[in-house]
Amino acid sequence: MAGRPERGAWAQASQTMLALFLRDIRLSIRAGGGALVGVIFFLAVIVTIPFGVGPDLNLLSRIGPAILWIAALLACLLGLDRLFQADREDGSLDLLVLNGDRHMLALTVLTKCLAHWTGSVLPLVVAAPLLGLFMNMEPLGIGATALTLLIGTPAITFIGAAGAAVAVALPRGGLLISVLVLPLTIPVLIFGVSASYGAVADPAPFLQPFLILAALTLFLAVVGPLAAALALRHGTD
Amino acid sequence: MRLIAENLGGERGGETVFSNIGFALDQGEALIITGPNGSGKSTLLRIVAGLLPVARGKVLIEGGGEAFPTVASASHYLGHLNAMKTALSVEENLGFWRAFQGEPGLGVDEALETVALAGLGHLPFGYLSTGQRRRVSIAKLLVSRRPVWLLDEPTAGLDKASEERFAGLMRGHLEDGGIVVAATHLPLGLEGARELQMRVAG
Repeated sequence: MAGRPERGAWAQASQTMLALFLRDIRLSIRAGGGALVGVIFFLAVIVTIPFGVGPDLNLLSRIGPAILWIAALLACLLGLDRLFQADREDGSLDLLVLNGDRHMLALTVLTKCLAHWTGSVLPLVVAAPLLGLFMNMEPLGIGATALTLLIGTPAITFIGAAGAAVAVALPRGGLLISVLVLPLTIPVLIFGVSASYGAVADPAPFLQPFLILAALTLFLAVVGPLAAALALRHGTD
Repeated sequence: MRLIAENLGGERGGETVFSNIGFALDQGEALIITGPNGSGKSTLLRIVAGLLPVARGKVLIEGGGEAFPTVASASHYLGHLNAMKTALSVEENLGFWRAFQGEPGLGVDEALETVALAGLGHLPFGYLSTGQRRRVSIAKLLVSRRPVWLLDEPTAGLDKASEERFAGLMRGHLEDGGIVVAATHLPLGLEGARELQMRVAG
């Protein structure tokens, strides 16, 4: 008997968050949502690199995982400034914060992050194997890089959410968010790239950096939304 | 249920906008906040909603029970902005707020009918006129239940007929034991509402 109201609250919270998730996904794929901007930027960077580096195929395949990761990192940061700003401009953010009394604001932020990641970053992870071919990477390396991107990029979104919440009131906060967030994403980049190399270069390990990468994502999934919720609550005007 | 504000003081950018404002509203009571531009009407509403920090004094709700323990959880806030996405349809917008805010009230179609927008639910919100957008925003008050309505210039952009319809909605809400706090320049057509006159500080 004692567990029933709690289970009811849990079911209600998950339904609420599902509604928010679906709304944000819908918004990102409708006109002006900007879901494809990140993928196109990613594509543009990766396609340009072989022209700049030259026809040295060995060099390309050696730097491939690192280039894919750096391009993905920058593409992830690209759309982050709109994460809360769009909601602030039309007044939705007020109501999201107001309803933070009903269900934790951090949970709302986490849901928005997941929707943002699914809408703007997941397509990029899906496109990564194709672009790996441009970099003359071997199939195992491509697979490992795509897997590390899948596990690691949510961490970038979670950190970015905190930056986006701090800069939500600034009209052109995009660059500021990137500068704020970039130093914090360096560990993610380091372990992502070293795991990708570990899969192909023999003495280097794959599993250890990969597990640390997963731990980073889980850790930031808690810290990022909490920090962002705090910033949003104190940043409304 | 009782909404109480004691000795409220509000600040905007470090400057005091108003101080020593107090009121207590029982169920079925309405408070109309009037005053010139810059007297702090919107600031007061945002402070009551909990969207701005309280500089001095306190706001609390008594007897909200388990469903509405805090002012924020008991309140609908209708600000200057409509909190709707132009890229989504009217139905999707209202449906989202209905699911997100919890305590579901009227269905989306019913709420749209109440604000005389029946049959427009499939249109993108961006296609609507200013007054129609405001009416959708008013329908948002109906799709989920909250005892306290905090309204900031609720009738801005509404035509005469919609104003009267909205006055009817507010009267209905008060009769059901709700509380209305509205900041406005225009008469809202609420008989027996208390009035709070604000002055420009300094």
